[in-house]
Amino acid sequence: MTRKMDNTTRYERLRERYMNGDLERRSFLGLIGAAGLAYGVQTPFAKFANAQTVSQVRFDGWGGVVSEALRENAFQPFEKETGIEVVDGTFGGGDEYISRVKASQPGEYNIAHLSGVFDYARYHNLGLSTTLNEDNIPNLKYVIPKLVDVFRNVTDGKLSCVPYDYGTTGIAYNRKHISDEEAKEKGAKLLIDEAYKDKIAGWSDWRTRMWYAALQTGQMPNNIEDEEAAWDAVRKHRDLSLKYWGSGAELMSLLAEEEIYATEGWSGRIYALQEQGHDIGYMDPPNGFGWQECMFVLKGSPMEASEELLNFMLAPETAIAVAEGQNYPPALDPTKVDLGDKIPTLPAFDPTGKLDGLTFADPDYWNGHEQDWSKEFGRVQKGY
Amino acid sequence: MSVEAREARQPWILLSPALTAVFLLLFVPLLFIVVYSFWLRTATGADQVGFFLDNWREALSDAFYRDILLFTLKIATITTLVCALMGYPAAYVIARSKGNKALLLLLLMLPFWISYIIRTMSWINILGVSGALNTALLYVGVIDEPIQMLYNQTTVILGLVHFLLPFMILNVFVSLEGIDTNLEDAANSLGATRWQAFLQVTLPLSLPGLAAGGLLCFVLGAGTYITPLVLGGPSDAMFANLVFEAIITQLNWPLGSALSLMLLAVLGALVMVYNRYLGMAQLMKGLG
Repeated sequence: MTRKMDNTTRYERLRERYMNGDLERRSFLGLIGAAGLAYGVQTPFAKFANAQTVSQVRFDGWGGVVSEALRENAFQPFEKETGIEVVDGTFGGGDEYISRVKASQPGEYNIAHLSGVFDYARYHNLGLSTTLNEDNIPNLKYVIPKLVDVFRNVTDGKLSCVPYDYGTTGIAYNRKHISDEEAKEKGAKLLIDEAYKDKIAGWSDWRTRMWYAALQTGQMPNNIEDEEAAWDAVRKHRDLSLKYWGSGAELMSLLAEEEIYATEGWSGRIYALQEQGHDIGYMDPPNGFGWQECMFVLKGSPMEASEELLNFMLAPETAIAVAEGQNYPPALDPTKVDLGDKIPTLPAFDPTGKLDGLTFADPDYWNGHEQDWSKEFGRVQKGY
Repeated sequence: MSVEAREARQPWILLSPALTAVFLLLFVPLLFIVVYSFWLRTATGADQVGFFLDNWREALSDAFYRDILLFTLKIATITTLVCALMGYPAAYVIARSKGNKALLLLLLMLPFWISYIIRTMSWINILGVSGALNTALLYVGVIDEPIQMLYNQTTVILGLVHFLLPFMILNVFVSLEGIDTNLEDAANSLGATRWQAFLQVTLPLSLPGLAAGGLLCFVLGAGTYITPLVLGGPSDAMFANLVFEAIITQLNWPLGSALSLMLLAVLGALVMVYNRYLGMAQLMKGLG
C-alpha cells in the first residue's frame, strides 16, 4: 500500500485499470504511446532537466508537537522506504505561509498542512492548486467522505489535497482558578469576563476573533448579522486580554506558566498540556470552531512523489501514529478503520465519522470577508 | 592605458563587488517595493498590476498609521534616551579602564553571540509570573502573589534597551577613546574640578559619538517588530508590525510596501539631518 511507485508499478496499474474497464482502450493506448514517445525522445541531455528525478519533497506544517509527530511517524519511515527526502519546514499560521508561497517560485514549496476549507479555497483562488491523481492515493478510501467532499466542492470535483485531521478551537482554562461548571455556564463569554482582566488571552487570528465574537453576541458564526456588536465584543476581549498569542508554542507557554487563566486554544495543543500534567480544562461551546486540516499539494510540485507521500501518510498505521502524536483525530473514518484506544479519547473525536456535532467555517462566507475583516482586526487589535 | 587612468580605475575595480552586491541586494529589491506600492490587492489576495495611488493615499491620510508612527517614534526616543543615560557611564568606564579594557569590551560583545530573538524571549523567563524575578521576590517574602510584569510598554522598552545598549556603548566608547586625556589634565591644572573638566571638555568632545549611538539606537529601535511582538501587549504594536501584518496577515503587499517606504522615508530623513550637522564619519567609526 505504501510501496514506492516505480514505472513498472505505474504501467501495471494502468493496465489493471484498462482491464477493469476504468480506462478506454484509446486512452490506454494513448498513455502507453505517450510514455514510449517520452522514452524515445530522451537524450543524454534530458537528465539535466531533472524533471523525473525527485530526490526530495518539501513539507511545511505547524511545528511543535504536530511536526514532531509527522517527522517521527510519517516522514522518517517514508524516507527509509522510498529514499525520497522530506524537507520539513514550519510556519506560524496559514497567512504567514501563503505570503511565503506567494514570494516563491513554483516548486519551491510542495506540501502544506493547511487549516480549514477557507485556506484551501484561498490557495485555489490564487492559482496555487494542483489536481491530484487519486489513483495514486488508494488510501484516500479510508477518509471520512464528508471531509473529502467539502474540498471537492471548491475545486470542481477534483482534489488538490487530502484531508488529514480535524479538531476544534475551544476554550481552555486553568482549573485552579476557573471551575468546569463556571466554564460551561459562561461558555464563550468566559473570554470577555471582566473578573479575569489581564488573565485572558486569544489567538491573533481575525477569523477566530470574529467567530468567538459571534458566539459572545449570540450570533451564528457563519452568518454574523450585527457586525458592530461583534467588533465591540472583539474590542472588549482585547481590553481584557494580557496578550494575543501567535503560535501553538506561545499558547502552551502562556497557559503552562499561568500568565493567563483563559483563552481559546487548539484542542490538540491543550490535550498535550493535559498530558504534561497541567490542570487545564477544555470545552467546546455550542457552535464552537471546528476545523479540518489537509495536506495540500502546491502548484509546481513533483506530483507523483507528493501523491506517494500523501498515500503513505494516509495509511492507517501512519495516520493513527501521527494522530496519537499530535493529539488531533485523523481524517480516517472510524467506521472503516479501527483507530485504537487513544484516538477516541481525543477532544473533538467523532466516533460516527459524520462530524455532525462540529460547526465548520463556511469558506465562501469567511473568504468573502477576509479582506475587510483582517484589516479591521489589525486596527481593533491595536486599540482602535 | 596611462598609469593615471589605471590608478583612477583601481578603486572602482576594488569597489565593484561590494557595489554590485549593494545594487542587487538593496537597490533592486527597493525598486521592487516602490513599484509594488503602486499596485493593488484584489479580493482573492492576488495583486492588480498598474499605477494606483490608493495605498499612498491611505498610508498618508489615515490617522491610524499616523498614530502608530508617532507611537513608534515615541518608543524609539525613550529607548534612545535610556540607552544614552545607561550607555555613557559604561562607555566612560571602559574607555578609562587601564588593565581590563579588553575583557570589558569582550563582555560588551558577548550578547551579540546570542540570537536577538532568544535574548528577547529570555525576558519571559525573567519577568514572567513564574519567572526568576517573581520567584525570588516570593521566596524572600517581598510579595505574596506574583506581579504581572510582562506584555506592556515598559517591557517593550526594556527589551529594546537590552538589544540596543551595546550599540550606544560602542559608539560612545570609540568617541571617548579618541579624546586625548591630557586635555582633562590641562583643564584640571587650570583650576577645573574633575566634574567641570568632564562637563566642559570630555562631554562636548564625545557628543558626536553619543549622537551616532543615538541615531543607531533610534533607527534600529523604530524599525523593530520582534520586541513588541514578543514582549508587548495587545496595543503595543509598532510601525514595523503594521508592515508585517499588511504583508503577512492581510497578504496586502502593495499597502505593506507603501507603509515600509513611509517608515524608510521618516528614518531616512532623520539620517539626513544627522549627516547634515554631524556627518556620517562618526557613525562609521562607531560601527567599525
